[in-house]
Amino acid sequence: MEYAIELRHITKTFGSVIANNDVSLDVRKGEILSLLGENGSGKTTLMNMIAGIYYPDSGEILVEGKPVEIRSPKDAYAHGIGMVHQHFKLIDVFTAAENIALVLDKHEKYDIKAIKAKAREICDRYNFEIDLDQKVYEMSVSQKQTLEIIKMLYHGAQLLILDEPTAVLTPQETEKLFAVMRNMREDGKSIIIITHKLHEVLAISDRVAILRKGEYAGTVETAHATESSLTEMMVGKKVELNIERPDPVNPHLRLTVHNLTVQNAEGVKILDHVSFDAFSGEILGIAGISGNGQKELLEAIAGLQNPDKDSSIVYYPDDDRDSTAEQLIGKTPKSIRELGIHLSFVPEDRLGMGLVGSMGMVDNMMLKSYTEGSSFIADRSRPRHLAESIKDELGVVTPSINTPVSRLSGGNVQKVLVGREIAAAPSVLMTAYAVRGLDINTSYTIYHLLNEQKQKGVSIIYVGEDLDVLIDLCDRILVLCGGKCNGIVDGRKATKEEIGLLMTRLKEDQEGGVA
Amino acid sequence: MDTLIAWILRAIPFGTIIMYGALGEIITEKSGNLNLGVPGIMYLGGFAGFASAYLYENSVAEPNMVFCVVLALFCAFVAAMFGGLIYSFLTISLRANQNVTGLALTTFGMGVANFFGVFILDGRTATQSLVYKTFQTKIPVLSGMGVIGQTVFGYGFMVYAAIVLAIILHHVLSHTRTGLNLRAIGENPATADAAGISVTRYKYLATCLGAGISGLGGLYYVLDYNQGIWATTGQIEALGWLAVALVIFTTWKPLNAIWGSYLFGMLYWLYQFLPTLIGFSVPGYITDLIQMVPYLVTIAVLIITSLRKKREDQPPASLGLAYFREER
Repeated sequence: MEYAIELRHITKTFGSVIANNDVSLDVRKGEILSLLGENGSGKTTLMNMIAGIYYPDSGEILVEGKPVEIRSPKDAYAHGIGMVHQHFKLIDVFTAAENIALVLDKHEKYDIKAIKAKAREICDRYNFEIDLDQKVYEMSVSQKQTLEIIKMLYHGAQLLILDEPTAVLTPQETEKLFAVMRNMREDGKSIIIITHKLHEVLAISDRVAILRKGEYAGTVETAHATESSLTEMMVGKKVELNIERPDPVNPHLRLTVHNLTVQNAEGVKILDHVSFDAFSGEILGIAGISGNGQKELLEAIAGLQNPDKDSSIVYYPDDDRDSTAEQLIGKTPKSIRELGIHLSFVPEDRLGMGLVGSMGMVDNMMLKSYTEGSSFIADRSRPRHLAESIKDELGVVTPSINTPVSRLSGGNVQKVLVGREIAAAPSVLMTAYAVRGLDINTSYTIYHLLNEQKQKGVSIIYVGEDLDVLIDLCDRILVLCGGKCNGIVDGRKATKEEIGLLMTRLKEDQEGGVA
Repeated sequence: MDTLIAWILRAIPFGTIIMYGALGEIITEKSGNLNLGVPGIMYLGGFAGFASAYLYENSVAEPNMVFCVVLALFCAFVAAMFGGLIYSFLTISLRANQNVTGLALTTFGMGVANFFGVFILDGRTATQSLVYKTFQTKIPVLSGMGVIGQTVFGYGFMVYAAIVLAIILHHVLSHTRTGLNLRAIGENPATADAAGISVTRYKYLATCLGAGISGLGGLYYVLDYNQGIWATTGQIEALGWLAVALVIFTTWKPLNAIWGSYLFGMLYWLYQFLPTLIGFSVPGYITDLIQMVPYLVTIAVLIITSLRKKREDQPPASLGLAYFREER
């Protein structure tokens, strides 16, 4: 058996934290290997050592049977290894071709025409669709990813490492990526794909290597694996795959959204006459291919968007509908809060909109409470208690509650954010991709927290991407397509196919939206 | 007509000074370093170039003309590079705040140049010197050919050298690997680093070379524009800030610096010539207000480019930020 790369007894530590401990694994020529593991299991660190970002403390790397030293990304290129990181390494104001040229060997002539010709050849060979003269800032995420892959192939990569490539892609884009990956495999290239999504692992890979808490847990042939067997290997213990779904208790109307229309700066309707009701004590799921108005929908309710005139979002505090109903359109988040309405919002961009990365947990708690009380000096003790209780109850792994949250892993950041939003005792809780990038255990912690809130009578709006989770968790699911409400289905009866169809194909009777 | 010619004759040398300043600063800023020490650097260049040529001429019986000019240029360049080196060490190696470092460099350069300027030169002039004459020499024959000759060819060699330099810099930035790498560093140093480009080396080189080029502006000011007189006025500082404004005006493109600098020169001298040109008298106290016009134009350019949001016209994305490799 010929191997593209072999790792032998690789160990890497950061201070006192062991990121990888005695990991040995190999990749055959012309195969797609999935690298699976929970958050913080050391997948990215291990791959960064192959790509020359880090250097292992001990152990050996063999490329095509020969031991090699990889001390920089340049060394990795020289050995035919290319890695596509989660954060693309591209220059926004350069064209695709210029970005490819940037990594060229110094001795090679700088001739943009020749570079383009060679890149075009690669595109044709593997069926990539890209405009080499397009500037990167004009590209979609999927196009940028394509460019990264072309860049690696251009530099002669025989082994490609893709770090969670599908996390940012729509299902169609994912399919396209998989098709290209299969083309590359046919051509004898080896590919390592890091992913959290088990169905993708099963769909694309030949073998699956599993890391557990920095250690190698084994490699299995994909043909012999199932979702539950992989989960078991990954977490080390049997995880209950069923998400609990308590029945809504005494639901009453909490929020009526009617004809909600939001336009972006270019005048394009991002939301187009969306109408729905949300009830207390239920989880309303929002499904849709990403970028179909999910973000704007939540932001409009939170008072962060500027909807059109005929839009209406009415909030009902309790059972009696008419006396204290409040129109939320035209109000700022602050004025909504001053009305005594507690809307909590867990945004998609956790460190951008949700938390301040350079501040610790305590200060992030204070962002919500600094106006409380009448004292001139802000009260720091309550935020500190809150931070401590969130750390204990949700198991946030952090050296101290004052450590900047940007140093925490994605899952822990999310726990801090969700913990803070829940602590505000909301009547409406909105979450956007609450479990994106989280491992299975953390995801379940989040689901559990949402169910707790649901039982307390909170109306929850859950924007999700994993249809299985949506169907298992939500009472009703609203499907957005092209900014329109394309139907609301019962979470207990709906099928994946039904929702998938609603996501991709707009119903014809769309006059005025679906109530 | 005469007024217009006089205006152009005033504006182009004036523009040349800030063109050097701006070209150097464009190179510096393309590497992501916002060097606000341009005025100080121009002081250093102007002083060192002038003093070296002056001392050489006064200590040798028969000074060589070519050597004298080369010496002035070389010393101006090296002294200004030294200013750039201080800036680079503080901001690149020690990661000091770029704005504070730049402003300190301005004060430092001004102080050093004025102190030694007075100490060594004591207000002396070099109007009879070889180096001044050489800097003043117009293009022979062509400059005698009427109005065109006067306005196009009637300047010292530094005016034409600035244009050539702008074209060379444009070519280097747009069409060579060095330029590509430099732009990449100014936009996204982490990406450039991952591509195997030595960020630190490029930043040092670009900042020092840029400072050297800016320093030539100071030299040109002293030896040509100010007619070989070392005067401890704040004029170089004003020109230095104008050069920084010009960088924004050009939207970081060397070719725009050519016409932009002349335009700034015309606008700066607007107060003296335009009223005469249109037969209108302006009270003296308004002139300071009119000299503000180049800055107003710069602000207008900032507003327009911000409104248009064209990415190519924006400053390098990492301008003003120190680069830490380990940061995640």
